[in-house]
Amino acid sequence: MPVFAIAAVIFILVEAAVVYAAFKFRDRGDETEPKQIHGNNKLEALWTIIPALILVGIAVPTVSAIVDLTSAPDDAVEIDVIGHQWWFEFSYPEGITTANVLVVPAGTPIDLSMTSKDVVHSFWIPRLAGKRDVIPGQYTSLYFEADEPGEYWGQCAEFCGLSHAKMSFRVRALPPAEYTAWLQAQQQPAVEPAAGSLEAQGRDIFLGRGCIACHNIKGVSEVAGEVPGAPDLTHFASRNVFAGASLSIDSDDDLRDWLANPPAVKSGSFMPNLGLSPDDITALIAYLRSLE
Amino acid sequence: MTTASLRWPLRRPVDASGIWSWITTVDHKRIAKLYGYTGFVFFIVGGLEALLLRIQLAQPESSFLTAAEYNTMFTMHGTTMIFLVVMPMAAAFMNFLLPLMIGARDVAFPRLNALSYWFFLVGGIVLYSSFLFATAGAPQGGFLGETSTALGKAANGGWFMYPPNSGPQFSPGTVIDFWLIGLLVLGVGSLVSSVNLLTTIFNMRAPGMKLFRMPVFVWMSMVVNFLLAFSLPIVTVALIMLYFDRNFGTLFFEASGGGDPVLYQHLFWLFGHPEVYVLILPAMGIVSEVLPVFSRKPLFGYPAVVFAGIAIGFLGFGVWAHHMFASGIGPIAQVAFGLSTMTIAVPTGIKVFNWIGTMWEGKLKFTVPMLFAMGFVAMFTIGGLSGVTHAVVPSDWQQTDTYYIVAHFHYVLFGGAMFGIFAGLYYWFPKLTGRMYDATLAKLHFWLMFIGFNLTFAPMHWLGLQGMVRRTETYAAETGLGPWNMVATIGAFIIAISTLIFMANWVQSRRRGAPAPMDPWDARTLEWAIPSPPPEFNFAEIPQVTSLDDFWHQKYTEDDAGRPVRKPDADARLAHLEEIGHNPEHRPHLPAPSWFPPLAGLAMLFVATGLLLHASIVGIAIGLVGAAGLFLALVAWSREPLEEEVSAHE
Ligand code: HEC
Ligand SMILES: [Cu+2]
Ligand SMILES: [Cu+2]
Repeated sequence: MPVFAIAAVIFILVEAAVVYAAFKFRDRGDETEPKQIHGNNKLEALWTIIPALILVGIAVPTVSAIVDLTSAPDDAVEIDVIGHQWWFEFSYPEGITTANVLVVPAGTPIDLSMTSKDVVHSFWIPRLAGKRDVIPGQYTSLYFEADEPGEYWGQCAEFCGLSHAKMSFRVRALPPAEYTAWLQAQQQPAVEPAAGSLEAQGRDIFLGRGCIACHNIKGVSEVAGEVPGAPDLTHFASRNVFAGASLSIDSDDDLRDWLANPPAVKSGSFMPNLGLSPDDITALIAYLRSLE
Repeated sequence: MTTASLRWPLRRPVDASGIWSWITTVDHKRIAKLYGYTGFVFFIVGGLEALLLRIQLAQPESSFLTAAEYNTMFTMHGTTMIFLVVMPMAAAFMNFLLPLMIGARDVAFPRLNALSYWFFLVGGIVLYSSFLFATAGAPQGGFLGETSTALGKAANGGWFMYPPNSGPQFSPGTVIDFWLIGLLVLGVGSLVSSVNLLTTIFNMRAPGMKLFRMPVFVWMSMVVNFLLAFSLPIVTVALIMLYFDRNFGTLFFEASGGGDPVLYQHLFWLFGHPEVYVLILPAMGIVSEVLPVFSRKPLFGYPAVVFAGIAIGFLGFGVWAHHMFASGIGPIAQVAFGLSTMTIAVPTGIKVFNWIGTMWEGKLKFTVPMLFAMGFVAMFTIGGLSGVTHAVVPSDWQQTDTYYIVAHFHYVLFGGAMFGIFAGLYYWFPKLTGRMYDATLAKLHFWLMFIGFNLTFAPMHWLGLQGMVRRTETYAAETGLGPWNMVATIGAFIIAISTLIFMANWVQSRRRGAPAPMDPWDARTLEWAIPSPPPEFNFAEIPQVTSLDDFWHQKYTEDDAGRPVRKPDADARLAHLEEIGHNPEHRPHLPAPSWFPPLAGLAMLFVATGLLLHASIVGIAIGLVGAAGLFLALVAWSREPLEEEVSAHE
């Protein structure tokens, strides 16, 4: 960013002038008094005009960058983003709904259309794009492109209540072929566990302990009403992080702590403590991990 | 006069000392002290809150504070430092200095001045009583997940208090209401004070004190009070709308009811950005007084510095949406506000260059006020330059809501406003107290604060550019943000130590410091032409002003080379001024103290309580008693005999 270079130069000049003046013009204890200079119109005009010109120099590229970054090309992949206290939901035109991990094709422009279910959030992937607020009752859009496949860190940047700090997410940019495969896999219903297995036990607990009041698992439970207030778990295990990307699916401890008492791990969480026994939790973890 | 005292149950109070004399005072110098000491107490409180925040952030994944406590602490830290520290400190300076600098005996409306202070105090009390009386709650359907502690029982929505997060659904409980009511009361106090001080500047100047002979501090105060007079009503509207949304079911900011949460953001920043200049311009004024005195030169380009201040004031109203570049306001607005924000850099630059021009070829005396003033120029420049980078909208999309912004505004408000305030506190300490401060301790204070300040806030630039977001109580160890956060925390403790040194020095020196002469700095403005501390009536004879820096020209002429030569009769002139200050021929009449400003303040406390407890009959009763009391106090005030003379003045 040229503005930083310009700022750095001005910074050095000004600070150097202050330090130079401090040494050069310090009181040396002699009798001579300084000349009483009241100003200098030429100099003052100069240090009004030069900064103004520098600013014009900064303004021109700023304006053109704003215009460039505002509109996505027509062939962009469109994905909807919904902000919840305190996790992001993503839904694709193919009918896929996921959370916390935004999967995109690398090297393709992405056009996000974003809104919020509750308060104002702000969607930020530092290495890929600037912030854009996610506002209830409005649709804002953000356009970006991940040149390289890989995983990028993202975070809600607008203070949104108790667990704002734990409202992060990941962007996983896949090579186009893998992305197509991912799309296909995500459209499948959830994996059916083998009868009598620990996973099947877990599924029964899921059905019996009220989880289905909030969570969708395609082929297992559908929440009544349009948009459930909880992450879709159909392909939970295809992701690597959960609960606002503040916890890791690979970690037994994280999953255990979460299922034992969510608000203790993430203040204010809208998933209640359901009083699950350690055995219930073991079975649920097995089931959740099977949801590839 | 006897009829007056028959008519009035409350005679005008007569105590000249003791607590009641302070409560009923209308003397601008005493009110200044009340503002200053109260503001400093809040500075300690806000500073302790900052230390808690810094302890929490010193290490990744720390659990020193809970999320709820952290959110409360950063909200209260910001609210406190802005509304209860920098604004009242600036009010203290303006109260003390404006009449002295323009050669007046008091402000235009002395009792109103007292009222402003009492409203400020009541607002602060309401804000902080939250910790005792308010309830915090998790959003509907959410679960706190941690016992809500005393530390978490105050406003937690950030100093900007955006709805819907601060609305009834997502912030149940009463903490936000305490905040709203507290701020509304503070706003009334500031608004009253702004009108009062503007009237003072326009109407109370000594003969010959033309506008362009006024000290720059007076000019900057004028701009500040215009900004307050025009911007406070806007935020008042926003706060009342939010209060109604929360308490009476209106839907101003509720999207599902057709309201617009972004409207609040516009209203808030339409106040919030001018507010930034309300905080910094008084410090700019102070620095413009201090630098010339200790450079032994007049201010370089006085008209340019004045016009730059006025320009900043005007432009300050046209840039608010730069706080909302990420809010999806559309490219046209982004371009417009990006450009308008850049233009502010021009007058700001003029000021910085003129300050350097003032020091150039001067004879710099490194007293402590001078050190703080030079520190101001050096630090404020950093804050100003990082500010320009925000005007580059695409750059701001990355920076906004990160620690880069935290660094930016602390360079402006701490390295700027607070350094300016400290410069002023040391510079006018002799005038205020009649004694000199301990220079060694004061230098230690400056250097520790300068180092601590930079250790705390410089690293936040890199932290922000590495992606550390604001208002988060925790960060993962993998982010690698730990070490610089530790440095920042160490810096914060160094600031705390330097503040303790300042306090020790202040307490010691105001009692036992060497007696201060009338004009210890060989200064340029009228407040130095009266004894230290000033007599109650300020000027035994109202001065006749003939030029800018009038007092200097009473002491000095210039030789052919333009160098100052002390007039042979300068010392005699000073001795005369000192003598008549102590023993005036006849004591000027002064406004008498009054009970009604503090009584109105007390009534306002009842009104505020009523607004908070409006759901219960008792609460409504308290509110009505307060409203009636306020009305009666103001009626009685308006009929209070002005001429009831007080023996102490005779
Ligand atoms: C009252 C609604 C509700 C019920 C009932 C509920 N959850 Fe949740 N659950 C949520 C919400 C809301 C979240 C998102 C919380 C967050 O990230 O802050 C969540 C998150 C999760 C997650 C993490 C998902 C992700 O990708 O981040 C898992 C796993 C989970 N719940 C499992 C369960 C199980 C198992 C049950 C039943 C024992 C259950 N939930 C019952 C509301 C509910
Ligand atoms: Cu957030
Ligand atoms: Cu601003």
